[in-house]
Amino acid sequence: MEKDTKAFQRVYTKLFQLTKATVSLKASGIGNEELAIVDGRLAQVVKIMGDIVTLQVFAGTEGIATDAEVIFTGKAPTLKVGEDLAGRFFNAYGEPIDGGQIMGEEREIGGPSVNPVRRKQPSEFIATGIAGIDLNNALVTGQKIPFFADPDQPYNQVMAMVALRAEADKIILGGVGLTNDDYLYFKQVFDDAGALDRIVGFINTTENPPVERLLVPDMALAAAEYYAAEKNQKVLVLLTDLTLYADALSIVSNRMDQIPSKDSMPGSLYSDLARLYEKAVQFPDGGSITIIAVTSLSSGDITHAIPDNTGYITEGQLFLRKDSDIGKVIVDPFRSLSRLKQLVIGKKTREDHPQVMNAAVRLYADAANAKTKLENGFDLTDYDERTLEFAKAYSEKLLAIDVNIEVDQMLETAYELFSKNFSPVEVGLKKEFVDQYWKKDE
Amino acid sequence: MSSIGKVTGIIANLVIVETDDRVAQNEICFIKHDNTRLMAEVIKIMGQKVYVQVFESTRGLKVGSEVEFAGHMLEVTLGPGLLSKNFDGLQNDLDKMEGVFLKRGEYTEPLDKDKEFEFTPIVKEGGSVIAGDWLGEVKENWIGHKIMVPFVFKDEYTVKSITKEGTYKIHDTMAVLTDKDGKEHKVTMVQKWPVKVPVRAFKEKPRPFKVLETGVRVFDTLNPIAEGGTGFIPGPFGSGKTVLQHALSKQAEADLVIIAACGERANEVVEIFTEFPELEDPRTGRALMERTTIIANTSNMPVAAREASVYTAMTLAEYYRTMGLKVLLLADSTSRWAQALREMSNRMEELPGPDGFPMDLPAIISNFYSRAGYVYLNNGETGSITFIGTVSPAGGNLKEPVTESTKKAARCFYALSQQRADSKRYPAIDPIESYSKYLEYPEIIEYLNKNNGENWVSNVLYVKDVLLRSKESYEQINILGDDGVPLEYHITFWKGEVVDFAISQQDAFDKIDSSTDFKRQRYMLEKIIDVLKADFKFNSFEEVNPYFKKLINQFKQMNYSEFDSDKFKNNEKELEVIIKERKVA
Ligand SMILES: Nc1ncnc2c1ncn2[C@@H]1O[C@H](COP(=O)(O)OP(=O)(O)O)[C@@H](O)[C@H]1O
Ligand SMILES: [Mg+2]
Repeated sequence: MEKDTKAFQRVYTKLFQLTKATVSLKASGIGNEELAIVDGRLAQVVKIMGDIVTLQVFAGTEGIATDAEVIFTGKAPTLKVGEDLAGRFFNAYGEPIDGGQIMGEEREIGGPSVNPVRRKQPSEFIATGIAGIDLNNALVTGQKIPFFADPDQPYNQVMAMVALRAEADKIILGGVGLTNDDYLYFKQVFDDAGALDRIVGFINTTENPPVERLLVPDMALAAAEYYAAEKNQKVLVLLTDLTLYADALSIVSNRMDQIPSKDSMPGSLYSDLARLYEKAVQFPDGGSITIIAVTSLSSGDITHAIPDNTGYITEGQLFLRKDSDIGKVIVDPFRSLSRLKQLVIGKKTREDHPQVMNAAVRLYADAANAKTKLENGFDLTDYDERTLEFAKAYSEKLLAIDVNIEVDQMLETAYELFSKNFSPVEVGLKKEFVDQYWKKDE
Repeated sequence: MSSIGKVTGIIANLVIVETDDRVAQNEICFIKHDNTRLMAEVIKIMGQKVYVQVFESTRGLKVGSEVEFAGHMLEVTLGPGLLSKNFDGLQNDLDKMEGVFLKRGEYTEPLDKDKEFEFTPIVKEGGSVIAGDWLGEVKENWIGHKIMVPFVFKDEYTVKSITKEGTYKIHDTMAVLTDKDGKEHKVTMVQKWPVKVPVRAFKEKPRPFKVLETGVRVFDTLNPIAEGGTGFIPGPFGSGKTVLQHALSKQAEADLVIIAACGERANEVVEIFTEFPELEDPRTGRALMERTTIIANTSNMPVAAREASVYTAMTLAEYYRTMGLKVLLLADSTSRWAQALREMSNRMEELPGPDGFPMDLPAIISNFYSRAGYVYLNNGETGSITFIGTVSPAGGNLKEPVTESTKKAARCFYALSQQRADSKRYPAIDPIESYSKYLEYPEIIEYLNKNNGENWVSNVLYVKDVLLRSKESYEQINILGDDGVPLEYHITFWKGEVVDFAISQQDAFDKIDSSTDFKRQRYMLEKIIDVLKADFKFNSFEEVNPYFKKLINQFKQMNYSEFDSDKFKNNEKELEVIIKERKVA
């Protein structure tokens, strides 16, 4: 039954068990996580018990017969890396979508982690012009952060905008279950910006089998590691939508009869997602990998296992929602957070940045309370009225995603709104900042 | 001869090994793979089938691979030179590893075998000793590191010889001990101990009776943790667990701090070893890193080693406690350890308990917490391990197995609230839900009143009561409207806000506000109590809010200024003026 073709390849033709996602056969000398080709489809070893090997077939097992040919390749999934990657788009297996070949060195994907003591503390501010991000949730190179947004929010647009303004040497797009329209949209925006030569794409669209998606983030991150670790480049990785990645994980674990944990997700979801996100890093030699991802929500529910585990892993989250008062999408200051912001705000930006940021958010919270009062039919105090006025202007001039200004200008705008509606005491900034920056009545 | 076996099955990092030889539960083994040896731990034995969890990726591993059993459980190496190190969960020295990326199967020595230490003997020849007794001392950073009778030594020994004062390396013989049967045992500076077994080389463990100063006001003033006590910090993501633990590790009045970064972000560990060498320990003036040891098993490092990491950290803490030191042990996050247990238990197809966690999770957690504590050593000296772990409840819901099990084991509960974090009220510790059981211990009450003034504890309870009444008033105001309640409700609400802003909230990133010692906390508590007990005159509820805002702002200015500085005193004068504005004499 077994015949050796190439040096490492072993071929078998007798499957004795098939499920929707897996096939099992008798084979020997097989390595865990090794790749195989089952009836022309890519598969990976997920379990070995004695001489029985179980393979997960990425494209599904539809139509595979018990006498299908299985070729073991003797290696884990790889990507060919090299300068050739730039400007190209690939499928989940790392093959160019437009055909052709790639010259380069073969690398295993999903490789080892960076030794924590070899990391550097991230310290480079990424300016996006969007005040909801720069002012309240400043991003730093080497950070990992997702957009939390309902499917109807324009997260891919915002992400593309951020990517183009971020001054990255390379932008790597990992499309995980991307609609074909969104894939074309990304291509178009990058092309219009004249940035295509800085882009590498790994794309699995909704037209491709869902389990294939599991390879995309690892492919994208392997390419990112090549540029960041070896070429010392600043790399920005965009992963959209990792909720669909987690869904694919649950499909696989379910088909392998594993005990599901919360929301039918595998018990290892935290570790599985952390393995990807922790590839974000600042290397000592200047290269960095920054990951901006999308975790789509269902009706804003962040307690679902996918956003919940994500939030525990990432360095904050950017929460998009529509503000009905101004009719625009804003970066919600309550639910959003950048955990690395304190590494740059007040240090790489003006010293009063942290206090201004906090004061504005506190006043916005007061406005939210006032709104609740109003909805419950109570009278508003003068202070309540002023917070509402402030909140509206704050939303319009700073939180809306169409804002595009420098950080200093964001701070100035904040002082304008403060002084228009409040006294310094009500705002509660440190005295020296009030003395220096507070807008005096003209 | 050591036992050997062969790999017969592989499911992720669960490997099945067949052997005819003797193996023990929790024994360590090494699986040969290409040119490396992958470390693993026995977790179940079924006849000739031995289930092992591999502390590494099993990619490429084949059935038939040879396995060598080590004859011992997972153990750590104890000796001078552990401080300031960055270890992984298995106590490999991360700095000794080559290259930027971790290499599978690379294990490094935890101690430096060529480093020299100044030794001073403590015992005399002819003296009799038992496990944990101090034979001599070497200087490790500024700590007097005791060279002890190894913990594995049973019964009593006579000191046959003790090495003279001088400079030695860790593997030199420092003493020769004779046992009851006249057999001689050489003792070096190094000993080994299995991490899952508690070190019991002490005379007794009394109830904790002192308070550990942390510089964090919601701890010290409102919910103090005892030296040798236990506490835990549950909270949804982003609520401030890690920032709070880092604050404790910087400020707490401990001789040394051991931090287990268990399954969380690598960048948070980077933050510690980037900042701690630059920061000063206010009590000794030395770099903070000199008193800190990090056990880093971050979320992208092998899952099975997460469990090992917390035990490794605890064992190091026990080792230093036996030297008579005050150790603070922090673990972030114990939920990741519990999840690692769950992953493995699922792979072994064990009957799952609630939320898929192993059935014995509560027992595992309470056993672990019980290893903390204040102890009297055999020589009458004292040592302590104060342990504070974080818990990451799924969906932020505290009704889940890890939180519930930990609540039974830990004596302090610092619940972080999403709502407070959202409104940037940091640290987001819920003032009503949180508690310290130690505030009910008579010995702690006595200790606090002796150190902080005889009314201290009653004042603290009074303040807590104000918080509670403030919350009730707030709810009433919300239900009935601003003008639907008596004026008094507004004042009660705002008095609680004064406590919230002036005590509970503390800016972890401000140089001055971040750490407040007990002297300053005493001073401020008295000021605040004056305000809380005062009667204020208002004509309408509309005057209440702006007035208290002004008052709170002034308290905050005080918190931001250096204690007793001119700035502080000026702010205090302004505060007095504001208080007089409306205080009814
Ligand atoms: N005491 C504090 N003062 C100021 N900001 C804080 C404080 N505690 C937390 N934060 C903010 O909240 C963020 C998340 O805190 P972190 O401790 O990382 O949360 P968790 O560990 O609970 O997920 C921090 O990055 C910081 O911006
Ligand atoms: Mg944390």
